[in-house]
Amino acid sequence: MRVADLLVFALRALLRQRFRSAMILLAMAMGVASVLVLTGLGEGARLYVAGEFAGMGTDTLGILPGRYDTTGGMPPVMGTAPRDLTLEDAEALRRIPAVQNVAPLLLGTSTLSSGARERDGIVVGTTRDYFFVRAMTLQRGSIFPDLPPEAQPPVAVIGPTVSAELFRGDNPLGQWLRIGDRRFRVIGVLGEQNKFGMNLGDAVFIPVNHAQALYDTQAMFRVLAQVRPGASKARAADDIRALLTARHEGEEDITVISPDAMLKSLDAILGTMTLAVAGIGGISLLVAGILIMNVTLISVTQRTEEIGLLKALGAGGRTVRLLFLVEAGLMSLAGALAGSAVGLALLALGRMAWPSIPFTAPLGTIVAALLVAIAGGVVFALVPAGRAANLDPVVALTRRR
Amino acid sequence: MIEVRDLAKTFHVGDEDVHALVDVNLDIAPGEYMSVMGPSGSGKSTLLNMLGLLDRPDRGTYRIDGIDTVPLGEEARADIRRRRIGFVFQAYHLVPRLTARENVELPLTLGGVAPAQRRQAVDDIMRRLDILERADHVPAQLSGGQRQRVAIARAIVMRPEILLADEPTGNLDSKSGEEVVRVLEQLNGEGITLLVVTHDASLGARARRRIRMLDGRVAVDERG
Repeated sequence: MRVADLLVFALRALLRQRFRSAMILLAMAMGVASVLVLTGLGEGARLYVAGEFAGMGTDTLGILPGRYDTTGGMPPVMGTAPRDLTLEDAEALRRIPAVQNVAPLLLGTSTLSSGARERDGIVVGTTRDYFFVRAMTLQRGSIFPDLPPEAQPPVAVIGPTVSAELFRGDNPLGQWLRIGDRRFRVIGVLGEQNKFGMNLGDAVFIPVNHAQALYDTQAMFRVLAQVRPGASKARAADDIRALLTARHEGEEDITVISPDAMLKSLDAILGTMTLAVAGIGGISLLVAGILIMNVTLISVTQRTEEIGLLKALGAGGRTVRLLFLVEAGLMSLAGALAGSAVGLALLALGRMAWPSIPFTAPLGTIVAALLVAIAGGVVFALVPAGRAANLDPVVALTRRR
Repeated sequence: MIEVRDLAKTFHVGDEDVHALVDVNLDIAPGEYMSVMGPSGSGKSTLLNMLGLLDRPDRGTYRIDGIDTVPLGEEARADIRRRRIGFVFQAYHLVPRLTARENVELPLTLGGVAPAQRRQAVDDIMRRLDILERADHVPAQLSGGQRQRVAIARAIVMRPEILLADEPTGNLDSKSGEEVVRVLEQLNGEGITLLVVTHDASLGARARRRIRMLDGRVAVDERG
């Protein structure tokens, strides 16, 4: 039998049982669509997190006071350290050749005011290096002057929200900003930037020496160390640990976190999650396959007479088997194509609703889902088609319905 | 052309063994017109299925042009059915979703004949059987006589040497039946070997050779 004739014959049989074919098509389409959408969601989440981490700078190590056994999980937010991590500790890290920039962080919240207007904001005490480490961009003005950390003047770089709220339309540069009971001269305004869900619009950056005075503490919240390009992060982390241990009288009471390691483990977690979720989608493909098997079985039973006739007209078992397999294959193909269209459309809708998350089904997934659907449909039709092929023509022709 | 030797077939129905064919011997020459009669269960349908290669005997040989068909595989038997044997059934067995033309075309389609050639052959046959103007109707839109003529057209479109008809007029009124029989006899006049299984004594009597089956044996074999 010619391939074109085979297809036409199968297509006619499918069109003849429109409702039945539509139901199978729907089942297959739902299976494929759910695989695509679920994979797309997982993949979108993974890419989103990876992108956020990349924005944070994967070449930056975080140093926290206190000893935690972290194996790449999220860094502990709070903890009590036996010994403070000081500005001197941070400055000492500059002696390590692999370390390019060092930015200590001292965080607090204070009331910010200018004239009669005031609001609460996050105050970040840090050094000039911070702006390089985090690749911050300013919309106007400049960062802290190139002076040692302990000799910085009382200046502030403010977030765009703070600028808009406290200075309204006025140019904030050169104006006084009151933080708590101290005055700072505004020298820069940050551009809009959103890093890892942290909105810096509300933040005010001041030199760390003034933050120490403002909050009356020597202890840093953490220290960021940017590793020189090409240098080993693991080596740098070891050097940092060794140096700080030596400075803390032989006691290793700090923790060094590599965002790289965090990214890797997060990536692995999200990858596994995607796989699991795709597996759930795969179950619906399996259900569709079983449905195809059942429907093909019913079809073989209903068309017993026709099968007997085809055999009498000289169709061998091979041809009969092929006819039913092509029917199942066509049905699966149509369902799979419809399902991919629906799945991709849903992902596109998702991207429109949440532009920041790149919902996408990788091409490989689409191809795999299509192949699995079609192959599954055919495989599940093998048993019923085989039954048709082995039907005794005499019995088939004399059966009365 | 057809040479049947010691053909035997036993069916197991419940606990009983039904001897459908008991050592049947039969020679059929090319162009013969033969009727097979006999009561229900005498084995005449089984004989027809054997000759049509739809069924396999338990024992014996069945040669067509000297080739023993019994040991052949299923695909080879299907091939012989397609090329050399045409079937006409009491219940027509047309595929309901296909038009008359497509039903007639089916053996050619299954045989992989190119569409252009198919159309030519189908048109010729349907014109001959006076059903060309009904070619685009589906079976449900045709009368019984027309359906049976479509079935005959389908049976002979491959130009087989043997035409096996199982109660070809069983579902028809006498006028349509007469027409169908005339078509079959006309084909026999052109050289096709025609074998008609029937309960109808008057139809059976028209054949030049008449066989009567009884309990799986050929009881009577008369000519003239």
